[in-house]
Amino acid sequence: MAKRIDVKDLDIYYGDFKAVEGVSLTVEPRSVTAFIGPSGCGKSTVLRTLNRMHEVIPGGRVEGKVTLDDQDLYASSMDPVAVRRTVGMVFQRPNPFPTMSIRDNVAAGLRLNGVKNKKKLDEVVERSLKGANLWNEVKDRLDKPGAGLSGGQQQRLCIARAIAVEPQVLLMDEPCSALDPISTLAIEDLINDLKSQYTIVIVTHNMQQAARVSDQTAFFNLKATGQPGRLVEVADTQKIFSNPTQKATEDYISGRFG
Amino acid sequence: MSAVRTLDESAPPATTGVDDFGGKSTGRALTDQLARVVMWAAFVIALIPLVWILGTTVLKGGQMLLDASWWGNSQSGITARRVGGGAVHAIQGTLIQAFVTALISVPIGVLTAVYLVEYGRGRLAKTVSFMVDILTGIPSIVAALFIYAVWVVTFGFQRIGFAVCLALTMLMIPTVVRSTEEMLKLVPNELREASYALGVPKWKTIMKIVIPTSFSGIVTGVLLGLARVMGETAPLIILGPYTKVIATNLFDGLMATLPTMIYQEYSENLQPAVDRVWGAALTLILIIFLLNILGRFVGRFSKVRN
Ligand SMILES: Nc1ncnc2c1ncn2[C@@H]1O[C@H](COP(=O)(O)OP(=O)(O)O)[C@@H](O)[C@H]1O
Ligand SMILES: [Mg+2]
Repeated sequence: MAKRIDVKDLDIYYGDFKAVEGVSLTVEPRSVTAFIGPSGCGKSTVLRTLNRMHEVIPGGRVEGKVTLDDQDLYASSMDPVAVRRTVGMVFQRPNPFPTMSIRDNVAAGLRLNGVKNKKKLDEVVERSLKGANLWNEVKDRLDKPGAGLSGGQQQRLCIARAIAVEPQVLLMDEPCSALDPISTLAIEDLINDLKSQYTIVIVTHNMQQAARVSDQTAFFNLKATGQPGRLVEVADTQKIFSNPTQKATEDYISGRFG
Repeated sequence: MSAVRTLDESAPPATTGVDDFGGKSTGRALTDQLARVVMWAAFVIALIPLVWILGTTVLKGGQMLLDASWWGNSQSGITARRVGGGAVHAIQGTLIQAFVTALISVPIGVLTAVYLVEYGRGRLAKTVSFMVDILTGIPSIVAALFIYAVWVVTFGFQRIGFAVCLALTMLMIPTVVRSTEEMLKLVPNELREASYALGVPKWKTIMKIVIPTSFSGIVTGVLLGLARVMGETAPLIILGPYTKVIATNLFDGLMATLPTMIYQEYSENLQPAVDRVWGAALTLILIIFLLNILGRFVGRFSKVRN
């Protein structure tokens, strides 16, 4: 089910401002790729181009190529809405729909896309919540508001919501940065489990986290202040953390800047 | 009441152990006290006219409302000199006109706000926004005269209830647009993005996520706009003259309303008529008050369901 992502010579703009330049990388199916780098170097921006969320921002546009298996995501015949069904996303701050119960939050993607069969929805809700390691905590209060959960639970609810629509790829933008250490570990375990089914790309500020969860790590950095961000180096996580090719990577992971 | 709560929350923390930090400077304590007094004074001053109006109206008009005939009869066949009769004709007229006004204004106003917040970019959006600003500033008498010019002078139609609704619509649309706009802007962008990321199209995101999230705020805004429009008098005097009898057809003949009833009875200058002025005024206040309660209730209800 999971798909391979290929990014080739990608330039990303906000209006006239070129935020990211010349990114090329490949993400293998059923693997976890971590994006690391200092703030403002364009990690979120690159991530959001992988499911065409970038263009939601006024003036947002890209040049270059992103393919999912062999489909060009930015081909003119490609419907961004369909892309987002295939490539799910979890955001930095947990954002459950405040008007919906836990059950409705998980079912939102299907219900809003017209699935009405209650039995099927209940199945999906249970499967997704189990998949997000949240089922046992919430199974007795599925009709309570999703916003009433703790931050870590809310984030797992958001993950359940994202996997309920059965995407091929899961993008996560600093999913743990608003969470406590225990919830963070719970999410990391979850990422490990999800890897068997999904292709995962995760942005993280936490180097240990990148080392713990990812198979491949991409280090982004600004060319210079005021210049666009770029991909400095991408390799197996092992290699990046033990023996990076670039000096900048080594400086960053050893904490000399950023 | 919220002013009181704000004051409580801004109260300084308990002073135990403050010695370690050298205590609170007397200058700051003094400023704090002064600000407190000024805020209380402003609060009380703002409250005086409100309490005064309410008190006077209840004292002078309360008696009328206790009489069952007030809620059961019209003024049909009652001269200014005589006591008796009721306000049913005016209450009905006000409610019918308000309902139809809302029926026209709410869809237009809400959709305009959705356009401005969710879709509007560039020239067209700026123009629309500017037009709404201008509409907001139009005095009600001007709206009334505009409709009069179109309805009566240009088309040669009669002065009927529906013409009043059109004028009131002109006054209500901008308030609905502005209040709905504020509510839609309060919906965090993250919710829209969360919905898009699930592969939900934009229009569905607006219908199923954005509007439900801000629903109670939109309803409150609509009801407040409606309350304001219900008390408008100029369009009624120009387009919907008073009548003493019950009339429910917006498209034929005259139709009484509470503001025109007040205006009419006031011009009689006789005690029974003056009593009816207070009664009608209190009734109008009561209806608007109930509208506000309804707004709260709808807000609460939608939150519970969620
Ligand atoms: N909505 C936006 N509009 C304009 N510029 C943006 C927007 N979001 C991010 N940027 C710019 O793009 C660059 C990369 O930002 P971002 O991708 O958020 O970095 P990171 O996630 O690595 O911290 C920054 O210079 C930032 O100022
Ligand atoms: Mg970021």
